[in-house]
Amino acid sequence: MKLVTAIIKPFVLDDVKASLERLGVLGMTVSEVQGFGRQKGHTEVYRGAEYAVDFVPKLRVEVLVDEVEVDGVVDAVVEAARTGKIGDGKVWVTPVDMVVRVRTGERGSDAV
Amino acid sequence: MNTGDTAWVLVSAALVMLMTPALAFFYGGMVRAKSVLNMLMLNFIALGVVTVLWLLYGYGLAFGNDVVAGLVGGLDNVGLAGTLGALTGPAGHQVPVLAFAMFQLMFAVITPALISGAIADRAKFWSWVIFLAVWVSLVYFPVAHWVFAFDAPDGSTVGGWLANRIRTLDFAGGTAVHINAGAAGLALALVLGRRRGWPKEPMRPHNVPLVLLGASLLWFGWYGFNAGSALAANDTAALAFANTTVATAAAVLGWLVTEQIRDGRPTTLGAASGAVAGLVAITPACAFVAPLGGAAIGLCAGVLCALAVGLKYRLGFDDSLDVVGVHLVGGIVGTLLIGVFGTTAVNSAGADGLLYGGGFVQLGRQALGAAAVLGYSFVLSLALGWIINKTIGFRVDTETEVVGIDEREHAETAYEFGGGRGTPRSVPASAGAAAVLEGGRP
Repeated sequence: MKLVTAIIKPFVLDDVKASLERLGVLGMTVSEVQGFGRQKGHTEVYRGAEYAVDFVPKLRVEVLVDEVEVDGVVDAVVEAARTGKIGDGKVWVTPVDMVVRVRTGERGSDAV
Repeated sequence: MNTGDTAWVLVSAALVMLMTPALAFFYGGMVRAKSVLNMLMLNFIALGVVTVLWLLYGYGLAFGNDVVAGLVGGLDNVGLAGTLGALTGPAGHQVPVLAFAMFQLMFAVITPALISGAIADRAKFWSWVIFLAVWVSLVYFPVAHWVFAFDAPDGSTVGGWLANRIRTLDFAGGTAVHINAGAAGLALALVLGRRRGWPKEPMRPHNVPLVLLGASLLWFGWYGFNAGSALAANDTAALAFANTTVATAAAVLGWLVTEQIRDGRPTTLGAASGAVAGLVAITPACAFVAPLGGAAIGLCAGVLCALAVGLKYRLGFDDSLDVVGVHLVGGIVGTLLIGVFGTTAVNSAGADGLLYGGGFVQLGRQALGAAAVLGYSFVLSLALGWIINKTIGFRVDTETEVVGIDEREHAETAYEFGGGRGTPRSVPASAGAAAVLEGGRP
Protein backbone atom coordinates (compact mmCIF):
# COMPACT_ATOMS: atom_id res chain seq x y z
CA MET A 1 0.00 0.00 0.00
CA LYS A 2 1.09 3.52 -0.73
CA LEU A 3 0.14 7.01 0.40
CA VAL A 4 -0.01 9.52 -2.44
CA THR A 5 0.36 13.07 -1.14
CA ALA A 6 -0.22 16.00 -3.47
CA ILE A 7 0.25 19.71 -2.81
CA ILE A 8 -1.93 21.51 -5.34
CA LYS A 9 -3.37 24.93 -6.13
CA PRO A 10 -6.73 25.29 -4.39
CA PHE A 11 -8.74 25.94 -7.53
CA VAL A 12 -7.74 22.65 -9.25
CA LEU A 13 -9.27 20.53 -6.47
CA ASP A 14 -12.47 19.79 -8.37
CA ASP A 15 -10.51 18.58 -11.42
CA VAL A 16 -8.25 16.39 -9.29
CA LYS A 17 -11.21 14.93 -7.45
CA ALA A 18 -13.09 14.22 -10.70
CA SER A 19 -10.19 12.47 -12.35
CA LEU A 20 -9.53 10.32 -9.27
CA GLU A 21 -13.17 9.34 -9.14
CA ARG A 22 -12.94 8.26 -12.80
CA LEU A 23 -10.09 5.93 -11.78
CA GLY A 24 -12.30 4.40 -9.12
CA VAL A 25 -10.55 5.94 -6.12
CA LEU A 26 -13.08 5.75 -3.28
CA GLY A 27 -11.75 8.26 -0.75
CA MET A 28 -9.37 11.10 -0.12
CA THR A 29 -8.40 13.55 2.60
CA VAL A 30 -8.02 17.27 1.83
CA SER A 31 -6.46 19.87 4.12
CA GLU A 32 -5.76 23.57 3.75
CA VAL A 33 -2.06 24.27 4.12
CA GLN A 34 0.38 27.13 3.59
CA GLY A 35 3.86 27.06 2.23
CA PHE A 36 6.20 28.05 -0.51
CA GLY A 37 8.42 26.46 -3.11
CA ARG A 38 10.16 28.05 -6.04
CA GLN A 39 7.10 30.22 -6.57
CA LYS A 40 7.84 32.09 -3.31
CA GLY A 41 5.12 34.28 -1.81
CA HIS A 42 3.64 37.49 -3.11
CA THR A 43 3.65 41.17 -2.19
CA GLU A 44 0.76 43.15 -0.72
CA VAL A 45 0.60 46.94 -0.44
CA TYR A 46 -1.25 48.80 2.33
CA ARG A 47 -1.20 52.61 2.19
CA GLY A 48 1.99 52.43 0.16
CA ALA A 49 3.81 50.09 2.57
CA GLU A 50 4.81 46.77 0.97
CA TYR A 51 4.45 43.51 2.83
CA ALA A 52 5.97 40.25 1.60
CA VAL A 53 3.57 37.36 2.16
CA ASP A 54 5.90 34.35 2.37
CA PHE A 55 3.39 31.53 2.60
CA VAL A 56 0.90 30.82 -0.15
CA PRO A 57 -2.36 28.95 0.51
CA LYS A 58 -2.36 25.43 -0.99
CA LEU A 59 -4.32 22.24 -0.57
CA ARG A 60 -2.83 18.91 0.49
CA VAL A 61 -4.62 15.89 -0.97
CA GLU A 62 -3.88 12.49 0.50
CA VAL A 63 -4.98 9.23 -1.10
CA LEU A 64 -4.33 5.68 0.07
CA VAL A 65 -3.93 3.26 -2.86
CA ASP A 66 -2.84 -0.29 -3.69
CA GLU A 67 0.64 -0.61 -5.16
CA VAL A 68 -0.71 -1.58 -8.59
CA GLU A 69 -2.79 1.59 -8.85
CA VAL A 70 -0.10 4.01 -7.76
CA ASP A 71 1.23 5.13 -11.14
CA GLY A 72 -2.22 5.69 -12.54
CA VAL A 73 -3.25 7.78 -9.54
CA VAL A 74 -0.08 9.87 -9.61
CA ASP A 75 -0.46 10.53 -13.33
CA ALA A 76 -4.11 11.48 -12.89
CA VAL A 77 -3.33 13.95 -10.13
CA VAL A 78 -0.41 15.50 -11.99
CA GLU A 79 -2.44 15.89 -15.18
CA ALA A 80 -5.44 17.40 -13.42
CA ALA A 81 -3.38 19.79 -11.29
CA ARG A 82 -1.08 21.10 -14.01
CA THR A 83 -1.60 24.67 -15.22
CA GLY A 84 1.92 25.01 -16.59
CA LYS A 85 2.59 28.05 -14.39
CA ILE A 86 4.98 28.23 -11.45
CA GLY A 87 3.42 27.08 -8.18
CA ASP A 88 1.55 24.03 -9.49
CA GLY A 89 2.79 21.98 -6.54
CA LYS A 90 4.26 18.51 -6.02
CA VAL A 91 3.15 14.91 -5.71
CA TRP A 92 5.02 12.26 -3.78
CA VAL A 93 4.49 8.65 -2.76
CA THR A 94 5.35 7.04 0.56
CA PRO A 95 5.05 3.41 1.64
CA VAL A 96 2.37 2.53 4.20
CA ASP A 97 2.89 -0.37 6.64
CA MET A 98 -0.62 -0.91 7.86
CA VAL A 99 -4.15 0.32 7.23
CA VAL A 100 -7.19 -0.51 9.35
CA ARG A 101 -10.81 0.36 8.55
CA VAL A 102 -12.14 1.54 11.86
CA ARG A 103 -15.74 0.37 11.41
CA THR A 104 -15.03 -3.26 10.45
CA GLY A 105 -11.51 -3.91 11.64
CA GLU A 106 -10.46 -4.98 8.10
CA ARG A 107 -6.71 -4.75 7.58
CA GLY A 108 -4.31 -4.24 4.68
CA SER A 109 -5.56 -3.95 1.08
CA ASP A 110 -9.12 -4.75 2.10
CA ALA A 111 -9.18 -1.59 4.16
CA VAL A 112 -8.04 0.73 1.37
CA MET B 1 -38.99 77.45 17.54
CA ASN B 2 -38.63 76.19 13.97
CA THR B 3 -39.70 72.54 13.99
CA GLY B 4 -38.14 71.73 10.58
CA ASP B 5 -34.76 73.03 11.69
CA THR B 6 -35.08 71.28 15.04
CA ALA B 7 -35.83 67.96 13.35
CA TRP B 8 -32.76 68.34 11.14
CA VAL B 9 -30.47 69.16 14.08
CA LEU B 10 -31.73 66.17 16.07
CA VAL B 11 -31.29 63.82 13.09
CA SER B 12 -27.84 65.25 12.49
CA ALA B 13 -26.87 64.62 16.10
CA ALA B 14 -27.87 60.98 15.67
CA LEU B 15 -25.91 60.77 12.40
CA VAL B 16 -22.78 62.14 14.08
CA MET B 17 -23.25 59.74 16.99
CA LEU B 18 -22.95 56.86 14.50
CA MET B 19 -19.58 58.17 13.33
CA THR B 20 -17.76 57.08 16.49
CA PRO B 21 -18.67 53.37 16.14
CA ALA B 22 -18.03 53.77 12.39
CA LEU B 23 -14.57 55.09 13.19
CA ALA B 24 -14.07 52.15 15.54
CA PHE B 25 -14.72 49.73 12.65
CA PHE B 26 -12.60 51.80 10.24
CA TYR B 27 -9.70 51.59 12.69
CA GLY B 28 -10.55 48.09 13.94
CA GLY B 29 -10.20 46.54 10.51
CA MET B 30 -6.76 48.07 10.12
CA VAL B 31 -5.19 46.55 13.22
CA ARG B 32 -4.15 42.93 13.67
CA ALA B 33 -6.68 40.29 14.71
CA LYS B 34 -5.21 40.13 18.22
CA SER B 35 -5.96 43.76 19.05
CA VAL B 36 -9.20 44.59 17.24
CA LEU B 37 -11.37 44.59 20.38
CA ASN B 38 -9.02 46.99 22.16
CA MET B 39 -9.20 49.30 19.15
CA LEU B 40 -13.00 49.21 19.15
CA MET B 41 -13.02 49.89 22.88
CA LEU B 42 -10.66 52.88 22.72
CA ASN B 43 -13.25 54.49 20.44
CA PHE B 44 -16.48 53.27 21.98
CA ILE B 45 -15.51 54.33 25.50
CA ALA B 46 -15.42 57.94 24.29
CA LEU B 47 -19.22 57.78 24.06
CA GLY B 48 -19.29 56.94 27.75
CA VAL B 49 -16.63 59.23 29.18
CA VAL B 50 -17.12 62.38 27.12
CA THR B 51 -20.92 62.33 27.39
CA VAL B 52 -20.78 62.38 31.18
CA LEU B 53 -18.18 65.18 31.22
CA TRP B 54 -20.23 67.13 28.67
CA LEU B 55 -23.22 66.94 30.98
CA LEU B 56 -21.17 67.98 34.02
CA TYR B 57 -19.15 70.91 32.63
CA GLY B 58 -18.07 70.28 29.03
CA TYR B 59 -20.92 72.11 27.35
CA GLY B 60 -20.29 75.13 29.57
CA LEU B 61 -16.55 75.26 28.91
CA ALA B 62 -17.21 75.10 25.17
CA PHE B 63 -20.36 77.16 24.69
CA GLY B 64 -20.94 78.98 27.97
CA ASN B 65 -20.31 82.72 28.29
CA ASP B 66 -16.61 83.53 27.83
CA VAL B 67 -14.50 83.83 30.98
CA VAL B 68 -11.31 85.39 29.66
CA ALA B 69 -10.12 86.62 26.24
CA GLY B 70 -12.14 84.15 24.20
CA LEU B 71 -10.18 81.21 25.61
CA VAL B 72 -12.76 79.22 27.56
CA GLY B 73 -16.42 79.30 28.57
CA GLY B 74 -17.61 79.44 32.15
CA LEU B 75 -19.36 77.09 34.52
CA ASP B 76 -22.85 78.58 34.18
CA ASN B 77 -24.13 75.48 32.45
CA VAL B 78 -23.05 72.77 34.92
CA GLY B 79 -25.41 69.82 34.52
CA LEU B 80 -26.71 71.47 31.33
CA ALA B 81 -28.32 74.13 33.52
CA GLY B 82 -29.87 76.97 31.56
CA THR B 83 -30.33 74.89 28.42
CA LEU B 84 -33.72 73.39 29.15
CA GLY B 85 -36.49 75.29 27.42
CA ALA B 86 -34.05 77.82 25.94
CA LEU B 87 -33.79 78.51 22.22
CA THR B 88 -30.81 79.47 20.07
CA GLY B 89 -30.32 80.68 16.50
CA PRO B 90 -31.44 83.60 14.32
CA ALA B 91 -35.08 84.68 14.26
CA GLY B 92 -37.18 82.21 12.29
CA HIS B 93 -34.59 79.46 12.63
CA GLN B 94 -34.53 78.94 16.35
CA VAL B 95 -33.87 75.47 17.73
CA PRO B 96 -33.77 74.21 21.33
CA VAL B 97 -30.39 74.78 23.00
CA LEU B 98 -30.62 71.18 24.20
CA ALA B 99 -30.72 69.94 20.58
CA PHE B 100 -27.65 72.07 19.80
CA ALA B 101 -25.92 70.76 22.95
CA MET B 102 -26.54 67.13 21.96
CA PHE B 103 -25.35 67.81 18.39
CA GLN B 104 -22.13 69.39 19.66
CA LEU B 105 -21.65 66.58 22.19
CA MET B 106 -21.18 64.12 19.34
CA PHE B 107 -18.29 66.25 18.01
CA ALA B 108 -16.69 66.19 21.44
CA VAL B 109 -17.03 62.39 21.47
CA ILE B 110 -15.49 61.63 18.09
CA THR B 111 -12.56 64.07 18.30
CA PRO B 112 -10.61 62.23 21.03
CA ALA B 113 -11.65 58.90 19.48
CA LEU B 114 -9.80 59.94 16.32
CA ILE B 115 -6.56 60.13 18.32
CA SER B 116 -6.66 56.44 19.25
CA GLY B 117 -5.56 55.33 15.78
CA ALA B 118 -2.09 56.71 16.47
CA ILE B 119 -1.51 54.38 19.43
CA ALA B 120 -3.13 51.15 18.20
CA ASP B 121 -2.03 47.80 19.65
CA ARG B 122 -0.14 49.13 22.67
CA ALA B 123 -2.12 51.46 24.98
CA LYS B 124 -3.36 50.49 28.44
CA PHE B 125 -7.11 50.83 28.46
CA TRP B 126 -7.55 52.69 31.75
CA SER B 127 -4.61 55.00 30.99
CA TRP B 128 -6.36 55.88 27.75
CA VAL B 129 -9.60 56.58 29.62
CA ILE B 130 -7.77 59.00 31.92
CA PHE B 131 -6.10 60.67 28.95
CA LEU B 132 -9.48 60.92 27.24
CA ALA B 133 -11.11 62.62 30.22
CA VAL B 134 -8.32 65.12 30.85
CA TRP B 135 -7.70 65.79 27.16
CA VAL B 136 -11.28 66.75 26.33
CA SER B 137 -11.38 68.94 29.46
CA LEU B 138 -8.12 70.81 28.81
CA VAL B 139 -7.94 70.68 25.02
CA TYR B 140 -11.18 69.92 23.20
CA PHE B 141 -13.66 71.95 25.27
CA PRO B 142 -11.54 75.14 25.16
CA VAL B 143 -10.63 74.73 21.48
CA ALA B 144 -14.28 74.16 20.57
CA HIS B 145 -14.94 77.44 22.39
CA TRP B 146 -12.24 79.22 20.33
CA VAL B 147 -13.65 77.98 17.03
CA PHE B 148 -17.37 77.19 17.38
CA ALA B 149 -18.67 79.63 20.04
CA PHE B 150 -19.94 82.79 18.35
CA ASP B 151 -20.77 86.05 20.09
CA ALA B 152 -24.51 86.44 20.52
CA PRO B 153 -25.80 89.21 18.21
CA ASP B 154 -27.31 91.00 21.20
CA GLY B 155 -24.03 90.76 23.14
CA SER B 156 -25.55 88.59 25.88
CA THR B 157 -22.86 85.91 25.52
CA VAL B 158 -19.28 86.24 24.29
CA GLY B 159 -17.62 83.47 22.28
CA GLY B 160 -14.14 82.30 21.27
CA TRP B 161 -11.18 84.30 19.98
CA LEU B 162 -10.60 82.49 16.67
CA ALA B 163 -14.23 82.64 15.56
CA ASN B 164 -14.92 86.23 16.59
CA ARG B 165 -11.63 88.18 16.82
CA ILE B 166 -9.39 86.51 14.21
CA ARG B 167 -12.38 85.45 12.06
CA THR B 168 -10.90 82.09 11.13
CA LEU B 169 -13.54 80.19 9.16
CA ASP B 170 -14.14 76.60 10.26
CA PHE B 171 -17.66 75.46 9.44
CA ALA B 172 -17.68 72.00 11.00
CA GLY B 173 -14.32 71.32 12.58
CA GLY B 174 -11.22 71.28 10.37
CA THR B 175 -9.28 72.92 13.17
CA ALA B 176 -11.20 72.01 16.35
CA VAL B 177 -11.72 68.38 15.35
CA HIS B 178 -9.19 67.21 12.78
CA ILE B 179 -6.07 69.34 13.28
CA ASN B 180 -6.71 69.06 17.00
CA ALA B 181 -6.92 65.24 16.95
CA GLY B 182 -4.10 64.90 14.41
CA ALA B 183 -1.66 66.95 16.49
CA ALA B 184 -2.59 65.00 19.62
CA GLY B 185 -2.12 61.73 17.71
CA LEU B 186 1.38 62.78 16.72
CA ALA B 187 2.19 63.66 20.33
CA LEU B 188 0.93 60.32 21.68
CA ALA B 189 2.71 58.32 18.97
CA LEU B 190 5.93 59.98 20.15
CA VAL B 191 5.18 59.40 23.85
CA LEU B 192 4.26 55.72 23.49
CA GLY B 193 6.94 54.90 20.94
CA ARG B 194 6.93 52.30 18.20
CA ARG B 195 5.20 48.97 18.38
CA ARG B 196 7.57 46.02 18.75
CA GLY B 197 8.86 45.08 15.34
CA TRP B 198 7.68 48.25 13.57
CA PRO B 199 8.49 48.96 10.77
CA LYS B 200 10.33 45.71 9.97
CA GLU B 201 7.56 43.24 10.79
CA PRO B 202 4.45 43.28 8.66
CA MET B 203 1.42 44.68 10.50
CA ARG B 204 -1.20 44.14 7.90
CA PRO B 205 -4.82 45.19 8.30
CA HIS B 206 -6.67 42.06 9.44
CA ASN B 207 -10.07 42.91 7.91
CA VAL B 208 -10.17 45.31 4.97
CA PRO B 209 -13.93 44.82 4.36
CA LEU B 210 -14.50 46.15 7.91
CA VAL B 211 -12.37 49.19 7.03
CA LEU B 212 -14.49 49.96 3.96
CA LEU B 213 -17.69 49.42 5.93
CA GLY B 214 -16.45 51.83 8.59
CA ALA B 215 -15.42 54.41 5.98
CA SER B 216 -18.84 54.16 4.31
CA LEU B 217 -20.66 54.64 7.61
CA LEU B 218 -18.39 57.61 8.34
CA TRP B 219 -19.32 59.13 4.99
CA PHE B 220 -23.01 58.65 5.82
CA GLY B 221 -22.69 60.12 9.30
CA TRP B 222 -20.61 63.01 7.98
CA TYR B 223 -23.72 64.51 6.36
CA GLY B 224 -24.88 65.21 9.90
CA PHE B 225 -21.46 66.55 10.81
CA ASN B 226 -21.23 68.99 7.89
CA ALA B 227 -24.75 69.74 6.67
CA GLY B 228 -26.02 69.58 10.24
CA SER B 229 -23.58 72.31 11.23
CA ALA B 230 -25.84 74.75 9.36
CA LEU B 231 -28.15 74.21 12.37
CA ALA B 232 -31.04 74.73 9.97
CA ALA B 233 -32.63 72.80 7.11
CA ASN B 234 -31.76 75.48 4.58
CA ASP B 235 -29.60 76.36 1.55
CA THR B 236 -26.40 76.40 3.62
CA ALA B 237 -27.09 72.83 4.71
CA ALA B 238 -27.69 71.83 1.08
CA LEU B 239 -24.41 73.47 0.01
CA ALA B 240 -22.53 71.68 2.79
CA PHE B 241 -24.18 68.41 1.78
CA ALA B 242 -23.24 68.87 -1.88
CA ASN B 243 -19.64 69.85 -1.11
CA THR B 244 -19.26 66.92 1.27
CA THR B 245 -20.30 64.58 -1.53
CA VAL B 246 -18.21 65.98 -4.39
CA ALA B 247 -15.09 66.49 -2.27
CA THR B 248 -15.20 62.92 -0.98
CA ALA B 249 -15.72 61.51 -4.46
CA ALA B 250 -12.79 63.53 -5.82
CA ALA B 251 -10.58 62.48 -2.91
CA VAL B 252 -11.25 58.78 -3.55
CA LEU B 253 -10.13 59.30 -7.16
CA GLY B 254 -7.12 61.38 -6.09
CA TRP B 255 -5.91 58.74 -3.63
CA LEU B 256 -6.42 55.83 -6.05
CA VAL B 257 -4.65 57.53 -8.98
CA THR B 258 -1.74 58.37 -6.66
CA GLU B 259 -1.56 54.71 -5.62
CA GLN B 260 -1.76 53.47 -9.20
CA ILE B 261 1.16 55.68 -10.20
CA ARG B 262 3.26 54.99 -7.08
CA ASP B 263 2.46 51.34 -6.25
CA GLY B 264 0.99 50.01 -9.48
CA ARG B 265 -2.36 48.99 -7.94
CA PRO B 266 -5.51 50.75 -6.70
CA THR B 267 -6.33 49.31 -3.25
CA THR B 268 -9.52 48.98 -1.23
CA LEU B 269 -7.76 50.43 1.81
CA GLY B 270 -6.74 53.35 -0.40
CA ALA B 271 -10.34 53.98 -1.48
CA ALA B 272 -11.51 53.95 2.14
CA SER B 273 -8.64 56.21 3.21
CA GLY B 274 -9.22 58.60 0.31
CA ALA B 275 -12.87 58.97 1.27
CA VAL B 276 -11.97 59.85 4.85
CA ALA B 277 -9.25 62.27 3.70
CA GLY B 278 -11.79 64.05 1.49
CA LEU B 279 -14.36 64.20 4.29
CA VAL B 280 -11.77 65.64 6.66
CA ALA B 281 -10.62 68.32 4.23
CA ILE B 282 -14.08 69.51 3.22
CA THR B 283 -15.27 69.72 6.84
CA PRO B 284 -14.09 73.29 7.54
CA ALA B 285 -14.84 74.48 4.00
CA CYS B 286 -18.15 72.83 3.12
CA ALA B 287 -20.34 75.93 3.53
CA PHE B 288 -17.86 78.50 2.18
CA VAL B 289 -16.92 77.19 -1.29
CA ALA B 290 -18.74 76.48 -4.55
CA PRO B 291 -19.07 72.78 -5.50
CA LEU B 292 -16.20 73.00 -8.02
CA GLY B 293 -14.01 74.44 -5.28
CA GLY B 294 -15.17 71.65 -2.99
CA ALA B 295 -14.15 69.03 -5.54
CA ALA B 296 -10.75 70.73 -5.92
CA ILE B 297 -10.23 70.63 -2.14
CA GLY B 298 -11.15 66.93 -2.08
CA LEU B 299 -8.78 66.13 -4.94
CA CYS B 300 -5.90 67.98 -3.21
CA ALA B 301 -6.60 66.12 0.03
CA GLY B 302 -6.77 62.73 -1.68
CA VAL B 303 -3.39 63.20 -3.37
CA LEU B 304 -1.60 64.94 -0.49
CA CYS B 305 -2.82 62.55 2.22
CA ALA B 306 -1.89 59.52 0.08
CA LEU B 307 1.62 60.94 -0.10
CA ALA B 308 1.67 62.02 3.57
CA VAL B 309 0.98 58.55 5.02
CA GLY B 310 4.47 57.53 3.88
CA LEU B 311 6.14 60.22 6.00
CA LYS B 312 6.08 58.19 9.21
CA TYR B 313 8.48 55.68 7.69
CA ARG B 314 10.88 58.47 6.69
CA LEU B 315 10.65 60.22 10.06
CA GLY B 316 10.44 57.06 12.14
CA PHE B 317 7.32 57.62 14.28
CA ASP B 318 4.74 54.85 14.54
CA ASP B 319 1.45 56.68 13.94
CA SER B 320 -0.14 53.27 13.50
CA LEU B 321 -3.29 54.10 11.53
CA ASP B 322 -2.17 57.42 10.02
CA VAL B 323 -4.04 59.92 12.18
CA VAL B 324 -1.38 62.47 11.22
CA GLY B 325 -1.32 61.63 7.52
CA VAL B 326 -5.09 61.73 7.15
CA HIS B 327 -6.53 64.00 9.87
CA LEU B 328 -3.75 66.50 10.54
CA VAL B 329 -2.72 66.86 6.90
CA GLY B 330 -6.32 66.69 5.61
CA GLY B 331 -7.45 69.20 8.24
CA ILE B 332 -4.68 71.64 7.32
CA VAL B 333 -5.41 71.27 3.59
CA GLY B 334 -9.11 72.03 4.06
CA THR B 335 -8.60 74.85 6.56
CA LEU B 336 -6.03 76.64 4.40
CA LEU B 337 -7.86 76.15 1.10
CA ILE B 338 -10.83 78.15 2.39
CA GLY B 339 -8.38 81.04 1.93
CA VAL B 340 -8.06 80.04 -1.73
CA PHE B 341 -11.48 78.75 -2.86
CA GLY B 342 -13.72 80.62 -0.40
CA THR B 343 -16.36 82.88 -1.99
CA THR B 344 -19.05 85.10 -0.54
CA ALA B 345 -21.13 84.36 -3.65
CA VAL B 346 -22.28 81.11 -2.03
CA ASN B 347 -22.43 82.28 1.59
CA SER B 348 -22.40 85.86 2.81
CA ALA B 349 -21.07 84.67 6.18
CA GLY B 350 -17.94 83.37 4.44
CA ALA B 351 -15.05 85.22 2.85
CA ASP B 352 -13.46 85.69 -0.56
CA GLY B 353 -10.27 83.70 -0.98
CA LEU B 354 -7.27 84.14 -3.23
CA LEU B 355 -9.09 83.02 -6.38
CA TYR B 356 -12.07 85.31 -5.73
CA GLY B 357 -10.26 88.61 -5.26
CA GLY B 358 -9.91 88.41 -1.49
CA GLY B 359 -6.13 88.48 -1.55
CA PHE B 360 -4.17 86.82 1.22
CA VAL B 361 -6.25 88.18 4.12
CA GLN B 362 -8.43 85.12 4.72
CA LEU B 363 -5.56 82.73 3.99
CA GLY B 364 -3.62 84.42 6.82
CA ARG B 365 -6.57 84.07 9.21
CA GLN B 366 -6.88 80.41 8.30
CA ALA B 367 -3.16 79.78 8.79
CA LEU B 368 -3.24 81.49 12.20
CA GLY B 369 -6.22 79.40 13.31
CA ALA B 370 -4.63 76.16 12.10
CA ALA B 371 -1.29 76.96 13.75
CA ALA B 372 -2.88 77.98 17.07
CA VAL B 373 -4.89 74.77 17.39
CA LEU B 374 -2.02 72.60 16.17
CA GLY B 375 0.48 74.10 18.61
CA TYR B 376 -1.85 74.12 21.62
CA SER B 377 -3.04 70.57 21.07
CA PHE B 378 0.44 69.17 20.39
CA VAL B 379 2.07 70.74 23.45
CA LEU B 380 -0.70 69.84 25.90
CA SER B 381 -1.09 66.31 24.52
CA LEU B 382 2.66 65.73 24.74
CA ALA B 383 2.73 66.93 28.35
CA LEU B 384 -0.37 65.00 29.38
CA GLY B 385 0.77 61.79 27.66
CA TRP B 386 4.21 62.13 29.24
CA ILE B 387 2.79 62.56 32.73
CA ILE B 388 0.50 59.54 32.37
CA ASN B 389 3.35 57.46 31.00
CA LYS B 390 5.67 58.43 33.87
CA THR B 391 3.10 57.81 36.60
CA ILE B 392 0.69 54.94 35.88
CA GLY B 393 2.25 53.93 32.54
CA PHE B 394 0.58 54.37 29.17
CA ARG B 395 1.98 51.34 27.40
CA VAL B 396 1.26 47.66 27.95
CA ASP B 397 4.18 45.34 28.76
CA THR B 398 6.03 43.49 26.04
CA GLU B 399 4.37 40.16 26.67
CA THR B 400 0.88 41.64 26.41
CA GLU B 401 1.84 43.31 23.17
CA VAL B 402 3.13 40.07 21.69
CA VAL B 403 0.41 37.74 22.98
CA GLY B 404 -2.35 40.18 22.13
CA ILE B 405 -3.79 43.15 23.91
CA ASP B 406 -7.35 41.81 23.59
CA GLU B 407 -6.57 38.69 25.56
CA ARG B 408 -4.47 40.39 28.24
CA GLU B 409 -6.22 43.74 28.66
CA HIS B 410 -9.83 42.64 28.14
CA ALA B 411 -9.88 38.83 28.65
CA GLU B 412 -11.56 38.40 25.27
CA THR B 413 -10.65 37.49 21.71
CA ALA B 414 -12.54 38.78 18.69
CA TYR B 415 -12.63 35.62 16.62
CA GLU B 416 -12.74 31.92 17.34
CA PHE B 417 -10.42 30.26 14.86
CA GLY B 418 -11.19 26.56 14.62
CA GLY B 419 -13.47 24.91 17.17
CA GLY B 420 -12.95 23.77 20.68
CA ARG B 421 -11.34 26.85 22.20
CA GLY B 422 -12.23 26.94 25.82
CA THR B 423 -14.69 25.19 28.05
CA PRO B 424 -16.71 27.05 30.67
CA ARG B 425 -14.84 27.08 33.95
CA SER B 426 -17.39 29.10 35.89
CA VAL B 427 -20.67 30.85 35.22
CA PRO B 428 -21.94 34.02 36.83
CA ALA B 429 -23.75 33.27 40.07
CA SER B 430 -26.86 34.92 38.69
CA ALA B 431 -27.09 32.35 35.88
CA GLY B 432 -28.22 29.68 38.32
CA ALA B 433 -27.83 25.92 38.31
CA ALA B 434 -29.76 25.28 35.08
CA ALA B 435 -27.16 27.09 33.02
CA VAL B 436 -24.40 24.97 34.49
CA LEU B 437 -26.15 21.77 33.45
CA GLU B 438 -26.92 23.03 29.95
CA GLY B 439 -23.30 24.07 29.54
CA GLY B 440 -22.47 20.44 28.84
CA ARG B 441 -19.72 19.84 31.32
CA PRO B 442 -20.42 19.73 35.02
